[in-house]
Amino acid sequence: MTQSSMPIPKVPPLVARALRVMPLAPLSMSLTAYSKRVATHHPSLFRRLGEHDHACFVLDPTDLPFVIELEPNGGVPRIKVVRGQGVGDARIAGPIAALLGLVHGAFDGDALFFSRDLLIEGDTSAALALRNAVDDAELDLSEEITQLTGPMAKPLQRAFGFLERRTGVYLSRPEEAEAW
Amino acid sequence: MVMEIVCPAGTPAALRAAVKAGAHTVYCGFADETNARNFPGLNFDRAEMREGIAFAHAQGSKVLIAINTFPRAGDEAIWHRAVSDAASSGADAVILADPGLLDYAARNHPELRRHLSVQAAAANADMINFYAETFGVKRVVLPRVLSVPEIAAINAETEVETEVFVFGGLCVMAEGRCSLSSYATGRSPNMNGVCSPASHVEYHDDDGVLDARLGGYTIHRVGKEDAAPYPTLCKGCFSAGDATGHLFEDPVSLNAEQLIPQLQKAGVTALKIEGRQRSRSYVAQVVRNFRAAVDALEAGQPMPEGMLARLSEGQAMTTGAYKKTWR
Repeated sequence: MTQSSMPIPKVPPLVARALRVMPLAPLSMSLTAYSKRVATHHPSLFRRLGEHDHACFVLDPTDLPFVIELEPNGGVPRIKVVRGQGVGDARIAGPIAALLGLVHGAFDGDALFFSRDLLIEGDTSAALALRNAVDDAELDLSEEITQLTGPMAKPLQRAFGFLERRTGVYLSRPEEAEAW
Repeated sequence: MVMEIVCPAGTPAALRAAVKAGAHTVYCGFADETNARNFPGLNFDRAEMREGIAFAHAQGSKVLIAINTFPRAGDEAIWHRAVSDAASSGADAVILADPGLLDYAARNHPELRRHLSVQAAAANADMINFYAETFGVKRVVLPRVLSVPEIAAINAETEVETEVFVFGGLCVMAEGRCSLSSYATGRSPNMNGVCSPASHVEYHDDDGVLDARLGGYTIHRVGKEDAAPYPTLCKGCFSAGDATGHLFEDPVSLNAEQLIPQLQKAGVTALKIEGRQRSRSYVAQVVRNFRAAVDALEAGQPMPEGMLARLSEGQAMTTGAYKKTWR
C-alpha cells in the first residue's frame, strides 16, 4: 500500500467526452446489483456507518461526465448514476482514480484532502463515517466482479492487472506488506 | 534495546495493517466518548477489540487501549466499564488521563498496566513520579511541549518509562487543557473525545477556493493551489486589522524521525505515531518508515530519509518543540 508522490491520474478528456453518450439507467441497475453483492460480503461496513446508514452520498468523479448517488439504505444499497450535480446529504469529489484508491485502501483520505485531490461538502460527519467504514471493509472491487465470472475469472484478473499497470488506477486492493 | 514503535489504529483493518507493517505496539479505543478520537465510523466495539488483541498477540505485537478522556460527572460508569472491558479483553495496558479513573483502575484491576496519557499533560519529573507512586503508572506519554534536553532531564529523575510523539498532527496547547473546540462547538477532546467534531464542520468550495467553517465560523480559506489544513481553530487563519495569518500555529505535521538517535540518548523508551483518525494506508506507510528507522539505529546505520511529506497536514513538517529554535 503506497501513497505515491506522483499526481493522481485523470481520465483523458477524449474518453470522458465519449462517456457522455453512455446510457445511465442500465449502469445504475448494474451498479445497484453489484453493490448489493458487496453488501452481503461486508455487513460490517453498514454497522460502521451507524446513524448515517440511510444518508445519501453523492460520489463525484470529477473527471467523468456523471455523478453516483449512493444510498446505503441500511445494508440494501441503491445506486443511481446521474448527470449534473446530483442530490444528497454529502458530496465526495475527486478524480475517479482518487476515489478508487480510497476504496481499495491505497490512498489516505486525509492526505488526499490536504493535497486538494479530494473535496467533501455537505454533511461532513456522514462523509467521514463512509470513508472510515469503507477503509475498514478492505474492499476489492475487481475481486467482487471476477468471483461472478466462473471460468473467466483468471483472464479477467489478468485484464484488471494490465489495466492497473497501464493507467495507474487502483482497480483492486493492493498487496499488503509482508509481515515484518 | 530497539526503541518501541507505538502505532495508531482507528479500525480493526488499520490494526492489522499496523501489525503487518512491523508495529511493536498498537493503540486504539472503544467506539464511544471514552477515547480522544471519537469520530464517526472509527474505533472498536468490544468484540472487535478482543479479536484485534488476539490477532496482535499472535503476531507478537502489543495492544494499548486509550481511555483518555475525562469522565463526565454522573456518568463515570461508562469509563469504569471501559477499563474493566480493556482488562477482560487482554489489553497490554490502558492509557488514562483522569486521576479518578487511574485510581479506579489501580484499585479494581491492579494487574492491568497503566500508562499516563498525553492528555494528563505531565511535563516534569515531580508530576510523573506522583502518578507513579500514587497510581502505579509505568509509562508516561510526554506532552509535545518539551525539548530533547528537557526530556533527558525528566528521564534522569524518574524510573517511569517515557513515550514521545514522533509523527503526526500537533497540538499547540498543553494537551488536556485545550478548550478551543468548545468555544465554537460546545464539544471538546477532553470531555467528548472530539476536537472539531465532524458534525460541526462544513466545507464550501467556490471555484477552487476552499472555505472551512467550524460551528458556523469561517476558520480558514485556502486558494486553489494551497494545501488544506484540518478544520481546527488552532490551525485557523484569521484577519485582524491589516494582518492575516495563523494566530496559534501553522498547519504542519510533526516529524521527529531524524531526532530518534537523540531521543534514544535522552532515555526515551517508545516512539508514538499520531493518527487514529487516519487510514490503514497511512498507518502502514508511517509504521514501515519508522520501523526501518529504529532498526537502522539498532544496527548502527544512519537514519533513512523518510517519504512522508505527502501524508502530512499542510504537506509540511516540523520538529516541533524538540528543537525550540524560538527560545
